[in-house]
Amino acid sequence: MRRPVRDAEDSARKINRRALFMGGCMAATMAVLAGRMRYLGVDQSDEYSLLAEQNRVNIQLIPPARGLILDRNGKLIAGNEQNYRVVITREGAGDVQLVLDRLSHLVPLNESDMARVLKDIDRNPSFVPIPVADRLSWAQFSGISVNAPALPGVTPDVGLSRVYPRDTDFAHVVGYVGPVSERDLAGLDNPDPLLRIPKFQIGKIGVERWEEDVLRGSAGNRKIEVNHVGRVMRELDRTEGKAGADLTLTMDADIQNFVQVRLGDQSAACVVMDIQNGDIIAAASAPSFDPNLFVRGISNDNYTILTENDHRPLANKVAQGAYPPGSTFKIVTALAALADGKIDINTTVNCPGYLDYGGRKFHCWRSGGHGKVDLAHALEQSCDVYFYEVAQRVGIDKMAEMGKTMGLGQRHDLPMSAIAEGNLPTKAWKQARFKQDWRIGDTINAAIGQGYVLATPLQLAVMTARLASGRMVAPRLIKAIGGVEVPVVEAAPLGLETSQLEAVRAGMADVVNSQHGTGYSARIVNANYQMAGKSGTSQVRNISAAERETGVVGNNDLPWKQRDHALFVAFAPVDAPRYAVSCVVEHGGGGSGVAAPIARDVLLRVLTGALPDPKDYPANQRSRIESMLKDLVLRNPDGTQPNQIKA
Amino acid sequence: MSFLEYRVKFAPTGFAKVLYVNWGLYLLITAAAAIGWLMLYSISGGDMSMWAGPQMKRYAVGLVLSLAMCFTPIWFWRSMSGAAYAVTFFLLIVVHFFGAVGMGAQRWIDLGFVRIQPSEFMKVSLIMALATYYDWLDDRRVSRPLWVLIPVLLIITPTILVILEPNLGTSLMLIVAGASVMFAAGVSLWYFAGVLGLIGAAVAGIFLLRGTPWQLIHDYQYKRIDTFLDPSADPLGAGYNILQAKIALGSGGLTGKGFMQGTQSRLNFLPEKHTDFIFTTLGEEFGFVGAVSLLALYAMILIFLLWAAMQNKDRFSALLLIGIAANFFLYLAVNLAMVMGMAPVVGVPLPFLSYGGSATLVLLLAFGLAQSAIVHRLR
Repeated sequence: MRRPVRDAEDSARKINRRALFMGGCMAATMAVLAGRMRYLGVDQSDEYSLLAEQNRVNIQLIPPARGLILDRNGKLIAGNEQNYRVVITREGAGDVQLVLDRLSHLVPLNESDMARVLKDIDRNPSFVPIPVADRLSWAQFSGISVNAPALPGVTPDVGLSRVYPRDTDFAHVVGYVGPVSERDLAGLDNPDPLLRIPKFQIGKIGVERWEEDVLRGSAGNRKIEVNHVGRVMRELDRTEGKAGADLTLTMDADIQNFVQVRLGDQSAACVVMDIQNGDIIAAASAPSFDPNLFVRGISNDNYTILTENDHRPLANKVAQGAYPPGSTFKIVTALAALADGKIDINTTVNCPGYLDYGGRKFHCWRSGGHGKVDLAHALEQSCDVYFYEVAQRVGIDKMAEMGKTMGLGQRHDLPMSAIAEGNLPTKAWKQARFKQDWRIGDTINAAIGQGYVLATPLQLAVMTARLASGRMVAPRLIKAIGGVEVPVVEAAPLGLETSQLEAVRAGMADVVNSQHGTGYSARIVNANYQMAGKSGTSQVRNISAAERETGVVGNNDLPWKQRDHALFVAFAPVDAPRYAVSCVVEHGGGGSGVAAPIARDVLLRVLTGALPDPKDYPANQRSRIESMLKDLVLRNPDGTQPNQIKA
Repeated sequence: MSFLEYRVKFAPTGFAKVLYVNWGLYLLITAAAAIGWLMLYSISGGDMSMWAGPQMKRYAVGLVLSLAMCFTPIWFWRSMSGAAYAVTFFLLIVVHFFGAVGMGAQRWIDLGFVRIQPSEFMKVSLIMALATYYDWLDDRRVSRPLWVLIPVLLIITPTILVILEPNLGTSLMLIVAGASVMFAAGVSLWYFAGVLGLIGAAVAGIFLLRGTPWQLIHDYQYKRIDTFLDPSADPLGAGYNILQAKIALGSGGLTGKGFMQGTQSRLNFLPEKHTDFIFTTLGEEFGFVGAVSLLALYAMILIFLLWAAMQNKDRFSALLLIGIAANFFLYLAVNLAMVMGMAPVVGVPLPFLSYGGSATLVLLLAFGLAQSAIVHRLR
């Protein structure tokens, strides 16, 4: 089929007209597009530039190294260790399961670890490093490095983590750090940005908590460029942070260790104080726990073991434990009466073994009575009736006032957690607390540190230090911050006459050094180190009249919880006092029999600066003491445990 | 129908043809492709082998094919247009039943060494077929209903297959490119007015029937429209692409952040940054100036094509050139409107810049046809 040539002018002109029209439409559209580009890129450019910048730049904090905690001689109590860990990324590993299987030959990985890693890997973008294991030994760590070619995607990594080389010795005083929690943040108005770092370690209790601001330091930061999923592409800028300041405590790590070990498994507390400046040399609470467990994240089982132990290892009995001070409170009763002029050192009281007050009998601990006793003898033999009488004369309010002067019934300003106030009852206090009038029987009970009176081992140590020094010594725990000594404030005098203080001190000297003293068996025979002390045995149960008739049940026949608390306070050397000690053994029995020997060992340890010498003990006790000392498992001077305990 | 039907006053033969190729046009599209390679190089962070290298190789292969087409007489191509249409249509049917599923749509035929997207080829085949049809059709019958129905069917049948893939962007382009050829051929404007009215009704229908069992488009397509209408409503989800694209373009400012300095693309904030959204990188790194320069380049290509069409006395050639110009324009207009947040995201590549084999190859083949029309123009 042939058809006409199709180049008719008509048709061509029509095509051209329409082509031109289309070209015009195209031009208009492109003008709109160019206009839109101008709007975005020129008119709105600033806004979009800002958005682009926000997209790509992130600020990342660099956590500072936490300040160290040292003892008074510079020995390390809390430090930072390099935490060798191993992380894995999915994109690097490829077959994660295979790599983990290989890794499990190098580091211990159980099923649940593996499951956790696989779960985390699924949840996160493929480049995010997932921690597989941490706190690896050097051998494991280097093993991973050597086998790197067989472990794609696995990276060994080093961070800093808190470590307590003297673990159990300072658990209560220094406390521990842990990851910051929502509760920690809740109380802060403007929290340090560091606290926003996941798993950032902050002090939870003890010095770690109360000196947190000093120890933490300040954050550095780095400006990083990230991609759309947050992966770091490069570092743009970096400012270094400031490491936390080191803290030097007044405590002596080796003495603390001795005291802790000496207390052993008993539920007990013991404080050693320098009476001149208030330095706390040792403050042990037993049984203790390993704070490193908390830093690493304590397991439920371990935590249950700690909380269900009836000896309460988690409690810092030094400051938290408030006990009836028992006969150690007679120091306060005596000083109150002396200061008020109700007695002098020669005043005597007849002790028939009980005090009859309005038909009610208040018994002396010695049922036969002490006969006629003066202050010195009353202290020496701990005659209760003497103090019943004296307390009635001076009255409870004056006794409470004296107790306050001596450092009881108040919270001393120390960086410790849950410090107990103790209790010094007064008439007004009882009225407010129980809506009852004060009765004379209450005063009589308070005279010998029973009833409503409560004191902590720390307060008892302060009391003893104040008695021995005659000054209002305040306890202190921080010796230096960042290498700068914290100045010691000269303590004000107690405002008591020296003769009165001397009288009480002399009575206390007789307690241990006179044959009739309650603590005679705990005497020190070396004249240079002789101590003065006061025992206390505080009841935790009421002894009924019926029981008294049939004979009081001995402590050893009672359940542990009902046994008496054993207390002892002491200072030494007796003629030139230097250190004060208080020791409380919960449900330990008699103060002179249980607490006094501990106080003696501790004082000898502090005074001699070495393990006590058996020659300083009475001859008939030396062999027993020697074997006891030999059995104490003390740390090496560098803080490590001796080998036998590791086995 | 053979070349004898042409009254050849003068048409270059043999090696003389080389002189009559519109080399300026090839230079322009190569310049556009070069901008693409530069951008691909930048986006990959300076890695030639990632995108830029493969894309250059494809371009080279495509260019050789294009030149081969260019030196083949245009009457040969006209005679092939029916067959080309039939084969492409057949392939569309094949892909409908046996095609590989990618990105939720059946679009490819995987031959092992190459993946063919028949819908891309249909864009050229359709234009060829329509140009041939109007070349054959008596001028006076162009607007008669029966003779309008035939090209409409030629357009609609493959379009339905493409919609079923589903590929909304390409089906829209098929319709508009086909309509452009009909428009250029002189079909009465009343038809176009009528169709525009129907489209208005259809748009209303799409929105009104949403959520009912009779809804006309897929949920994901509704979502794209929603996202387009309010991208900030879901900045991390479906609106993310548009928002990040606008950030990239806007942050470029007047002159851009500089070559290889674009943070949006290099840091991967931009999705599809090397394919459909490649323009955002140009805008980010070379700013308003860079973007408008590319627009100018495209405008010159269009002017070359339309000018060649207007000069060409052969009806087939002229309609073919106009169709190719319209198709080319649709690519760039839809893509740019999309990345600048003026149209929904429909998945249309930016001609010669976007990374991808089929689109580049089809464009080069289309330009080969255009050049053939130019070389073999009656003089």
